[in-house]
Amino acid sequence: MFPELNSILNSTPDSFKSSDFILVSDRRADASFLIHHYLSFYLRAGCKVCFLGLVQSFSHYSAVSQRLGVSLAQAREKGQLVFLEGLKDSVGVLLQEDTSQETQPLSYVRSPGAGLEGLFRFVECSMRQSGDGDAGESWGPPVLLIDDLSVLLSLGVSVGAILDFTLYCQATMCSELQGNMVILVRCEEEDADDVDEEGSNLLQRGLVHQCNLALHVEGLPTGYCRDIHGQMEVWWRQRGENIYNQRKIFHFKVHDKGASFFARGTSSAVL
Amino acid sequence: MAAPVSGMAGSTSTGNATSFQKKPRRKLVSIPGTRPSVQNGQLLVSSGVSSLDYVIGGGLAVGTLLLVEEDRYDSYSHMLLRYFLAEGVVCGHELFLASARDHPDEIVQELPSPIVDDVAGMKISEGQSQPSDPENPDTMKIAWRYQNQPRVQPFTMDQQPPAPPNPFTALAVASAHPSFFRFQKRPLLPLPVPYHALLKSIQTVIRKEGFDGSTPQSKVRNVLRLGLHSLGSVLWGDDVCCKDNPAHCHALTTFLYALRGLLRTSLSVAMVTVPSHLIQNRAVMGRIIRLSDTAIALESFRGSEKETNPLYKDYHGLLHVRQLPRLNCLSCEVPDTKDLAFKLKRKQFTIEVSSQ
Repeated sequence: MFPELNSILNSTPDSFKSSDFILVSDRRADASFLIHHYLSFYLRAGCKVCFLGLVQSFSHYSAVSQRLGVSLAQAREKGQLVFLEGLKDSVGVLLQEDTSQETQPLSYVRSPGAGLEGLFRFVECSMRQSGDGDAGESWGPPVLLIDDLSVLLSLGVSVGAILDFTLYCQATMCSELQGNMVILVRCEEEDADDVDEEGSNLLQRGLVHQCNLALHVEGLPTGYCRDIHGQMEVWWRQRGENIYNQRKIFHFKVHDKGASFFARGTSSAVL
Repeated sequence: MAAPVSGMAGSTSTGNATSFQKKPRRKLVSIPGTRPSVQNGQLLVSSGVSSLDYVIGGGLAVGTLLLVEEDRYDSYSHMLLRYFLAEGVVCGHELFLASARDHPDEIVQELPSPIVDDVAGMKISEGQSQPSDPENPDTMKIAWRYQNQPRVQPFTMDQQPPAPPNPFTALAVASAHPSFFRFQKRPLLPLPVPYHALLKSIQTVIRKEGFDGSTPQSKVRNVLRLGLHSLGSVLWGDDVCCKDNPAHCHALTTFLYALRGLLRTSLSVAMVTVPSHLIQNRAVMGRIIRLSDTAIALESFRGSEKETNPLYKDYHGLLHVRQLPRLNCLSCEVPDTKDLAFKLKRKQFTIEVSSQ
């Protein structure tokens, strides 16, 4: 986890808000470093994490988390982490070899028009199991992490089906189980003449209305810079009864073991 | 905060604070033609053009996908594909080539052969050595000041096919000419037939030859190089290039997703060329780029007004680096500059910073 981001968002592994839906999005940039942050954050907080890894393999997340101080293999062994290996298992499902029960969560690969019910059942099942672990370990509130949701659009799933899925997840995770949800969505460039194009922009707009906190990562508006990797906009939205609607923009730089965030114009390269 | 050293993780997981086990030495995978990256320990192979290797961070990581957006007449991207395959031949890797336009045998006949530079006395197998290569004494002959320059891999365009001591073994060549149609009742596949057949044959090759570790260690481990030419073009049965609202708009993206899944589980590396200038839908192109690991685009000056522009008189085209992967680490190789241009001389394909 990144300490500077914790201070910006005013949360630590010991005290963080529950029933939170955090949307991480990017446009022509890569916001996956925030997913790594949240993964190590919630594992350190002792929560039970369900991670849908749809674009990278487990070893990738494991290697990065090792540098951030958390062992994913250990967490998976203890039962704290439930990892869905979406990328590697989807090949078998696509070539229609694996029709067993275990590949039900990935049924959208085979028939994208049918929706994401299988995936939701997987999430629900793994989260509800937290009470009766055999080791008697009781974990904190459940957390769902998805990396990334927009790849489902590339596989042919419709925006409506994805929004239904997130709504079901939010109802179960945030309202019922008092847990948190962090979803990564990657958008394309806004096309001037295609305002209501069926795609990731529509998905992102739909999710922004459902979320409590939106982190949007973009490149710098002035162009490419080697020392500042981009800007991140933090949008505090509705929280229970209070509607904050406060936005702030930070610049960031990602290095090997973390990321540093600073106010605009205060990068060490500039000062 | 200090991340725990991976060696210690083995001892702490047992829960016994006093037992200190020596971490078993990981068997270094020594496959010919590969080298570990200095950045994150990934196994890298050369793409055949050493200045391209320099631009994309040392080389292509095994298990990843390189996407090349073709230039308008598919001349330079086709050349990059041939360099990629020729490098595989030289390193002794296994090749898999799929093309819907030319027959793969014709492409294989036209592979460039490496030239032996008499000045430096380099051996042919030195195709993957890096500028700072202390082991090979032959590299001392190069003047030291040039040793730190990105080395240009000289390849001729000889017409004669390469005559290596052992010709390319196990050259599994698939040509997906959809020249026949079987009218039989089959369940609706999410992929059109040519892509499905191609994916199936790639998976079969990987399993049969044991690139995913499924067969025991009877033979020496090797890397499989996949060259897929012009995916998304009409010849593959895909209409993403010719229509604004294609019927198969998800075929290519689903194929790339599944291909990357296959690559991640095996010792293989793939180079895919896509005629991006024909794809009207920018959103689809954005998705295709995000579904690959490394993505570059070639823009040739031939036929455009830039050909006579004095700024570009030394070069044949521009090279755009669209995406660089972050593999097993948070940060990726950030290039110094994005103004890159390439030129093809008689013996060399060079990529340089377009200085002006």
